[in-house]
Amino acid sequence: MELRKQPERHIAPNIPDEWFVPKASNQAEAEAVVRPSLSYWQDAWLRLLKNKLAMAGLTFLILLTFMAIFGPMMSPHDMTEQKLVNQNLPPSSQHWFGTDELGRDVFSRTWFGARISLFVGIVAALIDFIIGVVYGGFAGYKGGKADHVMMRIVEILYGLPYLLIVILISVVMGPGLFTIIFALTITGWIGMARIVRGQVLQIKNYEFVLASKTFGTKTSRIIRKNLLPNTMGPIIVQMTLTVPSAIFAEAFLSFLGLGIQPPFASWGSMASDGLSTILSGHWWRLFFPAFFISLTMFSFNVLGDGLQDALDPKLRR
Amino acid sequence: MTTYIVKRLFAMLITLWLIITLTFFLMHAVPGSPFNEERATNETVQKNLEKFYHLDKPLYVQYGLYLKSVVTFDFGPSIKKSSQTVNEMLGRGFPISFELGMITLIVAVLSGITLGVIAALRHNGIIDYLAMTIAVLGISIPNFVMATLLIQVIAVNWQILPVATWVSPKHMILPTLALATGPMAIIARLTRASMLEVLTQDYIRTAKAKGLSPVKIVFKHALRNALLPVVTVLGSLAASILTGTFVIEKIFAIPGMGKYFVESINQRDYPVIMGTTVFYSTILIMMLFLVDIAYGILDPRIKLHKKEGS
Repeated sequence: MELRKQPERHIAPNIPDEWFVPKASNQAEAEAVVRPSLSYWQDAWLRLLKNKLAMAGLTFLILLTFMAIFGPMMSPHDMTEQKLVNQNLPPSSQHWFGTDELGRDVFSRTWFGARISLFVGIVAALIDFIIGVVYGGFAGYKGGKADHVMMRIVEILYGLPYLLIVILISVVMGPGLFTIIFALTITGWIGMARIVRGQVLQIKNYEFVLASKTFGTKTSRIIRKNLLPNTMGPIIVQMTLTVPSAIFAEAFLSFLGLGIQPPFASWGSMASDGLSTILSGHWWRLFFPAFFISLTMFSFNVLGDGLQDALDPKLRR
Repeated sequence: MTTYIVKRLFAMLITLWLIITLTFFLMHAVPGSPFNEERATNETVQKNLEKFYHLDKPLYVQYGLYLKSVVTFDFGPSIKKSSQTVNEMLGRGFPISFELGMITLIVAVLSGITLGVIAALRHNGIIDYLAMTIAVLGISIPNFVMATLLIQVIAVNWQILPVATWVSPKHMILPTLALATGPMAIIARLTRASMLEVLTQDYIRTAKAKGLSPVKIVFKHALRNALLPVVTVLGSLAASILTGTFVIEKIFAIPGMGKYFVESINQRDYPVIMGTTVFYSTILIMMLFLVDIAYGILDPRIKLHKKEGS
C-alpha cells in the first residue's frame, strides 16, 4: 500500500475586517411567493391530472355512467323484449352486442347491468362511509375505554368471513338488490371505521386542534371543521377501493345465482348465463359483460391508486 | 407472548360463537320449513320428519342442540340427500378443495413475490411497468371471467389442457391459474411497494458499502424485511381463495366442498349450509390466528404482549 501524502495545512491569509461587507438583502425578494398558493384539493387535483392511467380510468367511468343512464334508451330493443326467432344472434347492425338464448338484446342488457353494478357499488360505498366515519370518528375522538370496547367489537367482526356472511344473508333474505347491498354493508364499514379512527387518533393531538380547544370551540365543530377535513384523503381512497369490491361481490353473487333475478340483468348473471353457452361458440354473451366488469374494476383500481398518490401530502413537491 | 395468544384465542372463540349463532338464527328466520315445498306429505310423516331434525322443539333447545353438534363436530344428516350426512360430504369434498386452495396459495405467493421483487429492482423500468400492468389486470379481472377465458383459449381453441374435472396434475393447471391470478396480483403489488421502501433504508446502503453481492443484499437483507406486510395479508388472501373455490369448482366441475356449498344454497339444504359455513369459518379464523402469531415471531420488533395501536 502506498503511503499517502500528508495534506498541506491551510493557513488563513490575513484578511482585514473591512473586507467583509454584508450582502445587500432584499426583503421583498426573500419572501416572494415562488409558486401560486394552492389549496390542498387544487394541488391534489393537479397531481391527479398528470396521472395518465388514473385519468383514463376516470374518463371511462364518466362514459360508463353516461351509458348506464342513456345506453338502454339508445337501443331500439327493450332489455326484457323476448323474440325467440332472434335466439343467440351474433353482433350485427340490428343487435349491436348480439342476443341471448331468449332473443333479448345484449346491448340493452349490458347497460342495464352497468346501472346495477354502479348503483350497488356507490350505495354500498356511501353507507360504509356514513357508518364508518361516525363509528371510527367517535371511537378515535373519545379514546380511552370507549375506544377500547368499540375496537374490540370491530376486531371480532373483522374475523367474520365476509363473502360467507354475504352468501348466508342472501340465502335467508332471498336474492335481490336490497339484500346484496344490506349484506355488503354489514361488514363493509369496518375497514372505513378503522381508517377513520386511526386518522382521528393521530390528528386530534396536533397543535391546531389544541388551539381550537383553547378558544372554546364546541366538540361537534372541532370534529366537523378540524378533524374530518384532514382525514378526507384516506377516506376518499378507501371509498374508491370499496366500489370495485362491491361490484365484484355483486357479480360474484349473481354468478352463483344469488344476485339479481331475471328478467333483470346484472353483469354477473349475464356472465353466468353466457358461461353455459360458451362451448357452443356464443362468445358475445360472455364477452361483453365480462369485458365491462373487468374494465370497470380496472378503472376504479387505477383511479384509487392515482388518488392515493395525489392526496398524499408527503408527495407534495 | 402467552398472554397475547390466550387473548387472541379468546377473541377467536367469540368470533366463532358469533358466526355459529348468526348462522343458526338466520337459518331459522326463514319462513316455512324445508319440508313443505315439494310433494305433500301426510301429517304423521311431517311430524316424524320434524322430530327427526328436532324442528318440533322450542328454539332455545334447538340452539343448544346445535351448539352441541358444533362442539362435537357432528352436523347431522342432510335434509335433501337423506342418505348422506354433512360430515360425509365435508370428508369427501374438503381434501379436494384443500388441495386446490393450497396449490393456489403456493403458486400465488411464489409468483407474486417474484414479480414484485423484479418490479422493485427494475423500478420505473419497462419490466416494472409490465409487471404492474399484469398486477392491476389480475386484480381487475374476476376469477370467474379468468376461468372462462382460460377454458375458451387454452382448452377449447388450442386444446392443450383438459377442460374440466380434477383427476390428474394436468387437470389442475387451469383451475389453479384462474384462482391464483387475483391473489398473485395483490401480493406482487404489496411486495413491490414494501421492497421499494426497504431498498432506500440505511442498512441496505451499509450492506452495499460493505461490498456485499447484490444477490445477498436482496435475499438476505431486503426481502426478509419487505415480506412482513405480505404475511399480514395472507390470512385474508386465504379467505378470498377459499371463497373463490366455490365459483372455480362450479366452472371446472371439481367435486370439492364448494360444489356442495353452492348446491346446498340452491336447494336450501339448511344443515349442509350451516355445517359448511361453520367449517369454512373455523378454517378461516384459524388462518387469521396463525398469521397473527407468525407475524409476531417473524418481526421481533412487535411485542405481542403489548396492546396494539395506541
